Amino acid sequence: MNVIFPALAQLLLFLIISPLVTGVIRTMKARFQTRRGPRVWQPYLDLHKLLRKGMIIPDTASWLFSVTPYVVFLTAAMVSLMIPMVATEAPLSLFGGVLAVVYLLALGRFFLALGGLDTGSSFGGLGSSREMTISAIAEPAMMVAIFTVAIAANSTNLSEVAKSAVGQSWRFLAPSQMLAFGALFIVLIAETGRIPVDNPATHLELTMIHEAMILEYSGPYLALIEWGASLKQLVLITLLVNTFFPFGLSSDWHSPGIAIGLGFYLIKVLIICCLIVLVETTNAKMRLFRVPELLAVAFILGALALISTFLF
Amino acid sequence: MSALVGYAFFGGLLAYATGAAASLITGRSARLARVLCCSFALAGALLETLSSWLALFAASDARWEIPAGVPFLVYSFRLDALSAYFNLILSLLAVAISIYSFGYLRPMDEKRTVGVFGFFYNLSLLSLTAVFTASNAFFFLIAWELMALTAYCLITFEHQHETTRQSGVLFFVMSHAGTGCLLIGFLLLNLFSGGLDFSSFSAASGKLTGVSQLAVFLLFFVGFGVKAGVIPLHIWLPEAHPAAPSNISALMSGVVIKTGIYGMARVLFEFLGVPPLWAGTVVLIVGVVSALLGVLYALMEHDLKRLLAYHSIENIGIILIGFGASLMFITLGYPRLAAIALIAGLFHTLNHAIFKCLLFLGAGSVLHATHTRNMEKLGGLIRRMPRTAFFFLIGAIAISGLPPLNGFVSEWLTYQALLAGFGTTEKLTRVLFPVAGSLLALTAALAATCFVKAFGITFLALPRSKEADDAHESGFSMVAGMGVLAAACVALGLGATWFLPVFDGITERLLGVRMSGELVAVKGLVLTSGSARGGTVSTAGIAAMFVILSALPALLWLLWGRKGHRYIEPTWDCGLPGLTAENEYTAFAFSKPLRMIFAALYQPRREIQAEYEVSPYYPTAIRFDSEIESPFEERLYAPLQKKILSIATWMRGIQAGSIHAYLAYIFITLIVLLLFGVRP
Repeated sequence: MNVIFPALAQLLLFLIISPLVTGVIRTMKARFQTRRGPRVWQPYLDLHKLLRKGMIIPDTASWLFSVTPYVVFLTAAMVSLMIPMVATEAPLSLFGGVLAVVYLLALGRFFLALGGLDTGSSFGGLGSSREMTISAIAEPAMMVAIFTVAIAANSTNLSEVAKSAVGQSWRFLAPSQMLAFGALFIVLIAETGRIPVDNPATHLELTMIHEAMILEYSGPYLALIEWGASLKQLVLITLLVNTFFPFGLSSDWHSPGIAIGLGFYLIKVLIICCLIVLVETTNAKMRLFRVPELLAVAFILGALALISTFLF
Repeated sequence: MSALVGYAFFGGLLAYATGAAASLITGRSARLARVLCCSFALAGALLETLSSWLALFAASDARWEIPAGVPFLVYSFRLDALSAYFNLILSLLAVAISIYSFGYLRPMDEKRTVGVFGFFYNLSLLSLTAVFTASNAFFFLIAWELMALTAYCLITFEHQHETTRQSGVLFFVMSHAGTGCLLIGFLLLNLFSGGLDFSSFSAASGKLTGVSQLAVFLLFFVGFGVKAGVIPLHIWLPEAHPAAPSNISALMSGVVIKTGIYGMARVLFEFLGVPPLWAGTVVLIVGVVSALLGVLYALMEHDLKRLLAYHSIENIGIILIGFGASLMFITLGYPRLAAIALIAGLFHTLNHAIFKCLLFLGAGSVLHATHTRNMEKLGGLIRRMPRTAFFFLIGAIAISGLPPLNGFVSEWLTYQALLAGFGTTEKLTRVLFPVAGSLLALTAALAATCFVKAFGITFLALPRSKEADDAHESGFSMVAGMGVLAAACVALGLGATWFLPVFDGITERLLGVRMSGELVAVKGLVLTSGSARGGTVSTAGIAAMFVILSALPALLWLLWGRKGHRYIEPTWDCGLPGLTAENEYTAFAFSKPLRMIFAALYQPRREIQAEYEVSPYYPTAIRFDSEIESPFEERLYAPLQKKILSIATWMRGIQAGSIHAYLAYIFITLIVLLLFGVRP
């Protein structure tokens, strides 16, 4: 089948939905905290505003500072084509499975961390150091959980994983799947910089991680980075929902199936958003050096998932 | 065709030998010696590249035997697929290093030592070629020793420094401990095969059983492991590699440690017969431990070259993960999976050779320009040395295993082999594979962290010292040497699928399967894990998508961004008067979170002394000391060294210094040996 239409459609859907997800989480969080909060489409307005503005480049920065936003945005966009969204067949699944997804996101992070160091400010270095550390210790937990899923499907190709899951929609009730879901959910919290690991709303030097790295970015560059971060967040949420709850995934890219798939997809994403908001409102941010303990829990969950695959 | 292989091979050896002699003879005119040394090495390396490339695809092994006139010893060269592959790695790197050395050795023109350097450099290339191609155990050991000797002379080339001499001695001692194991191992093999030729060893591999297999495995694994630098036999590596001149560090980390890998591939896959399951398990676990500890110690280093040396340990670990998995698959009866794991290990051997060589040459350029290896004194070099910085960045991306460069491809294959391993057995052993995979993921992520530190602190933001501020870009030849390797990183990354047929000869010989057809799909664009269903990746496709998707930011810019201006302004300094290099994050600070998280391993000690006049809150001077534990040196080697010294002191009793006593010893030894000989 033609791959260009699905690729364009999925890319467009991801680009459009991802800021909305950020907005929904923000608004819902505000409501949970009995605030009114911003409108759900505020992120679109932010992006529009940022893209129109001029930008300030630090005089200590090199070309790397300017390359970074593009790498962050492009890797996130590319990854969004490698995972199944509304149909089991991801447009670019041939170009890379779950390992490529993880490593492409790591490429974006690598550049982002360098961009943080490039400004010469202490904040940038602080953010880079913390971001790289946390992502490094999140990695084994993520991989163990992913391996559990990949072993069950006998493939690292995400389309194959989704296909093998479609036939048995209630498989997520198996202990190994539930444990792996728990592990990946903790990793999702850590990777998207949410409470209790990082606070996306803070600009206090003692607590910020992601925000510290991008402190010197402004204008269109900041827009690209913010959009890239939203894309990455949606990618991870999609990964979570479609590998564990493949309900409603269309088997091809034709109209009725796609519409149903999109409907199911939005509901599933909304549920995960609710979960994230619940975690964010009921927890306080952890001290930086408590984070490894949380991620160790994730790793143990993942390892248990693996061992229960062996047992059951 | 096969004649051309021979001409090129011996032509290359001749060029190395001539280069060695010519640089020694013309040593008085340093400039001439430098040019001769590098040109002959370059010519030899080019010829060897040609010969190995042809031999890789030849239908039959090229072999030549020159009788030495001494019993047991035959100068026999054999270019089978495995030898040709490792010789290819060596000669590719030698090309780049020789180009680089034209410029790198220039400051030595005044010192007149370049002739000696050229002699040892060419000789070490010669001996390395011999190590990779020798097919007689005695000849192999001679080449092996020659390699160790020349490497020692090159490491201690800057022998004015006390630490360099100490590093050299440590290398020498460790290397010989390893050679001792090899010697016993070969003698043991000889017992079963009756010959000393490698082909007789592989013919007799089926005779090894039980205890003899265990002994052969352990002797060779330790012997070659010392040279490869696996933990806990690694202690010489982070001392010796940084002490050498940078082009030699590149050769050491790129090739010399790979002789250990070559030896393991040769012995474990060819001479050991069907390996028992524990052999593969041991290799796999040692690989995981080396990879993880290697990168964890690398993170704590602020000396650029020591950091790179620890990364060599890490990458050797990754290679051994592939080898270990492959051995386990052979035992379990999955030759195809074994081939994939072996290809992953061998491909990573080449990839590591290339990007590590590139990184060491980059570090050499930095050292050349700033005269310091201490990252805390560097910074801002990306503006002063833009080309070096760019090539170093490529190396950093490749070694971190990030797509679409070559490091990613071999790590991807390793993951796929490990994942497939889960299905090969019903025993609990199978949990080992995914756990190894997740620890490999941790290793790779930590490596990325480490190279953010290495690149970011060294090259970005403001210079932290006057030397870094005054740095200048290296000359043409040095940049060209790095450029060749950077291009190889990109080519092997994007064109990995076209490179895979190289391994067909090796896997066919060692495992009896050719895999390149199954590992490649869609007209060579996509790499698979043995079947398209299991998993696919396409580095070329990823690179192409980068280009295609760049249309998006371009579109955004067209729609919105045209009106905005770019202003170059100072970085936000919190309202303090101006941002200086003191405000920057340091390498030490960057690794602080990991030092705290892995405190159980590092056991960091720190000491702060503050001097003050009025109140402790207004110190006039602060002194900060910090060090981390080096458990292997302190817990393992220090007691061992003590023991050896006490035995040596005890042994001194029989060394009376009297010639009569010594004659008596010789006499007694002779009689004992004769009694052994007479005994039926």
